[in-house]
Amino acid sequence: MKRAAFYFLLALAAATFLYPFLWMAATSLKPPGEVGGLSLIPDQPTLENYRLMWARAPFGRALFNSLFVATTITFSVLVFGSAAAYALARLSFPGRRALNILTVAVLLVPAQLTLIPMYTLIVQLGWVDSYAALIVPFAFNATAILILRQFFLQVPRSLMDAARLDGMGELRILYTVFWPLAKAPLATVGILTFMGAWNEVLWPLLVVRDEQLMTLPQLLTVFSLGGGAGPRALATKLAATMVMVVPVVAAYAFLQRYFIESMASTGTKG
Amino acid sequence: MRAEARSGLLLSTPYAAFLLLFALFPIGFSIVLVTLEWDLVTAPSFAGLDNVQYLVGDTRFWQAVVNTLVFLAIHLPLQIVVALALAWVLNRPLFFRSFWRAAFFLPVVISGAAVTILWSALYATDVGLINGLLARLGLGPVPWLTDPAIAMPSIAVMATWKNVGFYIVIYLAGLQSIPRSCHEAIELEGATAWETFRHVTLPLLKPQTLLVVTLSTIGGFQLFIEPYILTGGGPLRRTLSMVLYMYRNAFSYQKMGYAATLGLALALIIAVVLVLQRRVIGRAEEA
Repeated sequence: MKRAAFYFLLALAAATFLYPFLWMAATSLKPPGEVGGLSLIPDQPTLENYRLMWARAPFGRALFNSLFVATTITFSVLVFGSAAAYALARLSFPGRRALNILTVAVLLVPAQLTLIPMYTLIVQLGWVDSYAALIVPFAFNATAILILRQFFLQVPRSLMDAARLDGMGELRILYTVFWPLAKAPLATVGILTFMGAWNEVLWPLLVVRDEQLMTLPQLLTVFSLGGGAGPRALATKLAATMVMVVPVVAAYAFLQRYFIESMASTGTKG
Repeated sequence: MRAEARSGLLLSTPYAAFLLLFALFPIGFSIVLVTLEWDLVTAPSFAGLDNVQYLVGDTRFWQAVVNTLVFLAIHLPLQIVVALALAWVLNRPLFFRSFWRAAFFLPVVISGAAVTILWSALYATDVGLINGLLARLGLGPVPWLTDPAIAMPSIAVMATWKNVGFYIVIYLAGLQSIPRSCHEAIELEGATAWETFRHVTLPLLKPQTLLVVTLSTIGGFQLFIEPYILTGGGPLRRTLSMVLYMYRNAFSYQKMGYAATLGLALALIIAVVLVLQRRVIGRAEEA
């Protein structure tokens, strides 16, 4: 009896987190007359809200922009970032110490301090309304470099020496010897970087004004603020939000363990 | 060795150049910007300490500071209590533990913009989900986002819902690292469950609590998309956040110098608040 009450309360708590998402999915399929209702199954389901939001704003393009920007950033952070992390961990060269110290120091600077100077820099570079503005300032990431560097430091020296005796260059050692060992930290960095880029909204709101270049969260924000009030506008807004939420929930359903572990591991280490 | 130094430089130079342009330059330039009046169109003019002087007397800025403190005063305790309670539940013998954990964590992976738009629908006065549920219980509609006294608490509740899954996972890891013997020892002495929790579990979870407080505080000072979408900073500027005010100065009023001054002030305030919190939580241990 006590056990049943326990599970009932737990289910109630879980419903607090899941029901709003289900209600959003249902409402996005409802005609205006049903929008205020609590039901999770529309009486007369309609795709009209989806048709409207798709016709009113370039969500297909925004989906592409977001995927392109987040993928490019993740690629750069993993491929070029591990090259830098490898050098910082395993190669001795002039300036290494300074660069290591700088990497840690940069993490202590709050993003709010650099936001406006970065924005003026982008304007001066003439990068407003360009993919460069969305990608280049995130092409490297000090947190990622620290995580990878920390891992690369633990790879046994003998593996490196053997690879060098085989005549391998540093890049080949990194990508064929170190990378296969570093799947876990690479996955962590990859998930965190992709999610950060995919969810970012303040930066695009500063540097992009052209609707065709907006990322998904940005277009969603602009669309929702310009949408007006009333049941139809609300249902259309939620339909647009579904475009943003469904791919993430799908990925999360399959990879939730990795999502949770990568976020929590960096949190507890931090 | 020569070859190693050469490869080292080659592999790290792109990163060094990146740090120079996108970290060191912005940090240095933020100080310069504070002394400028600049709309990004015409040439900047030197303004001395005008920006700082204006900030000191700027009621909107101080309103934003107060708003953030109000947000934190509600958000921090709520976050800690809910995260601890749910982590404690998940740490018990349980069916489908990973399902429950995944459910609580779901909002963490969703974009803040999407979560905020969803909550604009939950909080909507006439067609919103929450008022719909309240109506079932016979309670009148609550103006969640349009009443000056309720709007910021509403945002604080939403932020808790969005982030609490992350802190549940952190607390859960902390709980699992506490050895059973710690609990058994005090239970043998005849302590109640609450006493065990209060005097054994809670003190042992202090590193996690410090992390929750630090990260939530930083998050609170970063509040932007929530008021931007839900309230525009209203009603009566009661939800105007510091980053929203900074964004408006840069993007809408084209006042780069003043926006950068706000950024610098914000960074200093965060540093002071975090140091104070560390002191307070550090002292709680000795007591």
